[in-house]
Amino acid sequence: MKALVCVKRVIDYNVKIRVKADKTGVETENVKMSMNPFDEIAVEEAVKMKEKGILNEIVVLSIGSESSQETIRSGLAMGGDRGILVKTTSDLEPLNVAKVISKIVEKEKPEIIIMGKQAIDDDSNQTGQMLAQICNLSQATFASKVEKNGEKFDVTREIDGGLETISVELPCIITTDLRLNEPRYASLPNIMKAKQKKIEQIDVGSFGLNLESRLEIIEVNDPPERKPGIMVQDVEELIGKLKSEAKVLS
Amino acid sequence: MKILVIAEHDNKKIKPSTLSTISAGLKIDDNIEMLIFSTGSQEIVSDSEKISGLKKVTLIKHEIFESQIAEDITKALTGFLESGEYTHILAPSTTFGKNLLPRIAAHLDVQQISDIMTVLDHETFERPIYAGNAVCKLKSKDKIKVITVRGTCFEPCKKESKNTVEVIDSSLTFDGKVNFVKHELSESDRPELTAAKIVISGGRGMQNGDNFKLLEGIADKLGAAIGASRAAVDAGFVPNDWQVGQTGKIVAPDLYIAVGISGAIQHIAGIKDSKFIVAINKDEEAPIFKFSDYGLVGDLFEVLPALEQKL
Ligand SMILES: Cc1cc2nc3c(=O)[nH]c(=O)nc-3n(C[C@H](O)[C@H](O)[C@H](O)COP(=O)(O)OP(=O)(O)OC[C@H]3O[C@@H](n4cnc5c(N)ncnc54)[C@H](O)[C@@H]3O)c2cc1C
Ligand SMILES: Nc1ncnc2c1ncn2[C@@H]1O[C@H](COP(=O)(O)O)[C@@H](O)[C@H]1O
Repeated sequence: MKALVCVKRVIDYNVKIRVKADKTGVETENVKMSMNPFDEIAVEEAVKMKEKGILNEIVVLSIGSESSQETIRSGLAMGGDRGILVKTTSDLEPLNVAKVISKIVEKEKPEIIIMGKQAIDDDSNQTGQMLAQICNLSQATFASKVEKNGEKFDVTREIDGGLETISVELPCIITTDLRLNEPRYASLPNIMKAKQKKIEQIDVGSFGLNLESRLEIIEVNDPPERKPGIMVQDVEELIGKLKSEAKVLS
Repeated sequence: MKILVIAEHDNKKIKPSTLSTISAGLKIDDNIEMLIFSTGSQEIVSDSEKISGLKKVTLIKHEIFESQIAEDITKALTGFLESGEYTHILAPSTTFGKNLLPRIAAHLDVQQISDIMTVLDHETFERPIYAGNAVCKLKSKDKIKVITVRGTCFEPCKKESKNTVEVIDSSLTFDGKVNFVKHELSESDRPELTAAKIVISGGRGMQNGDNFKLLEGIADKLGAAIGASRAAVDAGFVPNDWQVGQTGKIVAPDLYIAVGISGAIQHIAGIKDSKFIVAINKDEEAPIFKFSDYGLVGDLFEVLPALEQKL
């Protein structure tokens, strides 16, 4: 069985974001970039499945600039078998990303597609669901547990009220939540080995898709700042302030 | 303009996040309708009758909607939309809305706008990016706008109406590629995290699940909901649906009390719209103090019992 894992290159989650002075976006020059944390979880899950014998091939896909090769390499170092880079110079919106992935799905025909539930730059949380609709594949989002059950998968999903388990037929799309697993660190030998693995490059133009943006970004701003607070000495003072100043306790 | 709000419910009551979604819709236009996919219990019908601000309420009834599987709702909804001429389709940005709405957007070939915080006009909105560390103002060029709404940014609409609910028995058949197996839902008498006026959360500093009892006494006295940081959830202290933050729940109570939480940006992302934030932490350098209105440096095992006693 083959898995396609989608990985996005994003600003590292530890970096403090700075909005550009001209309000067109956030600073990305000289900023540490990494694989989207949810996508690391996706790669890890695929590698675990391969170790259990459920999968025999893991294809790591990224859509982005030349630099996204690094992100694919990290996925290969974790245990992916080969990579595909769809090259584009523009930032694609989730609908367009889903359309591009659908072309790769047509070509590769994976039984399982694993991707993050959300990219931590745009925080859209859309691509997997859109892809499921476009390709008519079963959808299991926000997965915190995935178990093979005969010809199907039982997926436990993190929902607002607790957990939900659904059973999905293949082919399916699984989007990962944080508690699905803990991604491994790639070992040095595996990082070296990954350098030999193949990354196919495809130009996004070759699909003949209309990938025009639908959303016009007017401006990007800093969030409203909170007023600086004060320190209180003890519980009495705290309760006093909450009653008399904040008036949130009666 | 014509707006459709997809309701989230538990087949008994319409969820508060849906009421906030209606309020967001009313900022776009008052020609607004609500659509419910449900087994059609008397309870859900009577609850829907009361919701203010709506021009029309439709309930599509089918046994399959006992569990709200995205594929099933998508099939029924895309059929319903054919006759509708809706200009805007809205759902709450909860796990329900996030799971469903991108499918509808893809079906209509439009780019969804996730998690809006502000409605500027019928095509211009603000939404958080980078865990709320930046706010993006954008304009949609699509002819139908598909939108999920951040509930904490809009007051819930009132329940003072007397709507008639049009119930349509659905005769659709579903392909059953995805099936519901089970729920493990947290039972609690406390208010819902996202709707509570006061929230008290514990982090890794709580050390174990048992120690969350220290928060319970205080929550009881304040009528508060209890939340947690990701570290506390990952360590197994408390259930996952207690997680507050970028990837957990977004809360905006009048008062948020963070206990033994360091204040990572992903946690702050979920709390910074709270009116007042109180931080209790033994480390005076903890980043949480930069975001709090009132900070108290101290050992939570001493502070919490004192707080409970003095409230
Ligand atoms: C993609 C991604 C998404 C994430 N999403 C979320 C999210 O939604 N929500 C979230 O919370 N986190 C999230 N995180 C994790 C986040 O980065 C932090 O790791 C997490 O919030 C830390 O939790 P904490 O503050 O409880 O633990 P710690 O950072 O370990 O802090 C514990 C605090 O407790 C204090 N303390 C210890 N003992 C005591 C005592 N006796 N009395 C008083 N204080 C004490 C310490 O001084 C310390 O400040 C996410 C991370 C990533 C990468
Ligand atoms: N440019 C991209 N390349 C590869 N995968 C992507 C890309 N953009 C989004 N994805 C995948 O879609 C998931 C959800 O992204 P989003 O819908 O943007 O929040 C991510 O976690 C990735 O797995």
